Amino acid sequence: MGLGLALTGPSMWSVFIENFGLFFDCLIGTLKLAGISVGFGTVVGAIVCLARMSKNKVIYGLFTAYVEILRGTPILAQLYIFAFVIPMVTDIPFFANEYNCVVLALIINSSAYVSEVFRSGIQSVDKGQTEAAKSLGMSDFNMMTRIVLPQAVKTILPSLANEFIMMIKETSLASTFFITELMYARTYLMSTKFLTWQPIFIVAIIYFVITFTLSKLVNVLEKRLAVSD
Amino acid sequence: MEALIKVIDLNKDFGDLHVLKGINEEIHKGEVVTIIGPSGSGKSTFLRCLNMLEKPTSGSIIFEGDDLMDKKVNLDKHRQKMGMVFQHFNVFPHLTVLENITITPRLEKKISKEVADKKAMELLAKVGLADRADEYPRKLSGGQKQRLAIVRAMAMEPDVMLFDEPTSALDPEMVKDVLEVIRSLADDGMTCVIVTHEMGFAKQISDRVIFMDDGIICESGAPEAIFNNPQHPRLKEFLSKVL
Repeated sequence: MGLGLALTGPSMWSVFIENFGLFFDCLIGTLKLAGISVGFGTVVGAIVCLARMSKNKVIYGLFTAYVEILRGTPILAQLYIFAFVIPMVTDIPFFANEYNCVVLALIINSSAYVSEVFRSGIQSVDKGQTEAAKSLGMSDFNMMTRIVLPQAVKTILPSLANEFIMMIKETSLASTFFITELMYARTYLMSTKFLTWQPIFIVAIIYFVITFTLSKLVNVLEKRLAVSD
Repeated sequence: MEALIKVIDLNKDFGDLHVLKGINEEIHKGEVVTIIGPSGSGKSTFLRCLNMLEKPTSGSIIFEGDDLMDKKVNLDKHRQKMGMVFQHFNVFPHLTVLENITITPRLEKKISKEVADKKAMELLAKVGLADRADEYPRKLSGGQKQRLAIVRAMAMEPDVMLFDEPTSALDPEMVKDVLEVIRSLADDGMTCVIVTHEMGFAKQISDRVIFMDDGIICESGAPEAIFNNPQHPRLKEFLSKVL
């Protein structure tokens, strides 16, 4: 039958074992990309979130546009713009390296989502908490760092972990630029060993195992954090 | 006598809604003033304007000689002198009972941990919560949370305490304990402004009762006069409903 005929050649398991080193290296590449993106994205996202809380309308408008544009356009389009367009218009050596461009695009993309994570985390803290802090005469800085953020963490941490899980999947798009990450293993095996179907299934299974495990861990984390209510 | 808080032509709009319509009032040192009135009369908004939790649309609030409406005024410093107690307690859930009390004096007044802890323990003992010092507020009842909130405000050594319906969210059996704490503050000479629905309490504790309706102060006077000999028709109507 059609299905039986199409899925010929070595089994998935033997392909996996024979190329274990490649899959492993690529998985590390994926985790590294996602880690760097969300890690730096968190720092940039925190700054973006702060800027959006600004009373200055221009700053607020600029950073709101930043978030809306990044969330409203496909990540692949952002990757193309950073990887192809930016090196064309600038000769900064950093951007000559495609990997750097892709990583930067992922960081910027992640920062938009993370800033929303921070914003909703801060908004999740009851307004009475800030009113109490203000009524005691606490400075805005102390109110934020001692009262609001410690309570917002409960909402922020699980969402941040979810953003990391999302990013693990999003980084597959970097394979378009031949960057070593999980999806690239499939491209590589297809073009060098003419393995048509096994690699994509193996890769999909690895993605699923990783993201499913992490999601379950996030659930545990969420429950732990909720206990302190 | 010089007023501790002097309110001049205070107006507050929420969009099209004119909530406070030109209020003039003086609160004197050591005075216990209760504010009564129907829901939506603006009494809570008025109280929240006193420490600028609500920004008035216009007018002046002169507190200890400074106009809080002046943008150059250090609001945090003035708020440290005006304690506030909220309907929903707003204790800090991530801090222990003791930390709830000591965090602001330590951060904003740079008081040492030892001194702040000692002071906080004394205050907790006064309201019967000394044995709960190291627990988190989630283990406290509503009445205990509210007593904690009062002590937290007192730890800043304010010159006036503002109470925004402090017993409205409490189970009936908790009300008495909280009112007792407020009463003992008043007996110690603390200036208090209390928005309340507890008419019996208002009658007993107040030096002066303010009746607000529809964004204005309709009548103000000694509790006997307000409750036994009301003049304003709306106050008469209000009392006939609540008493």
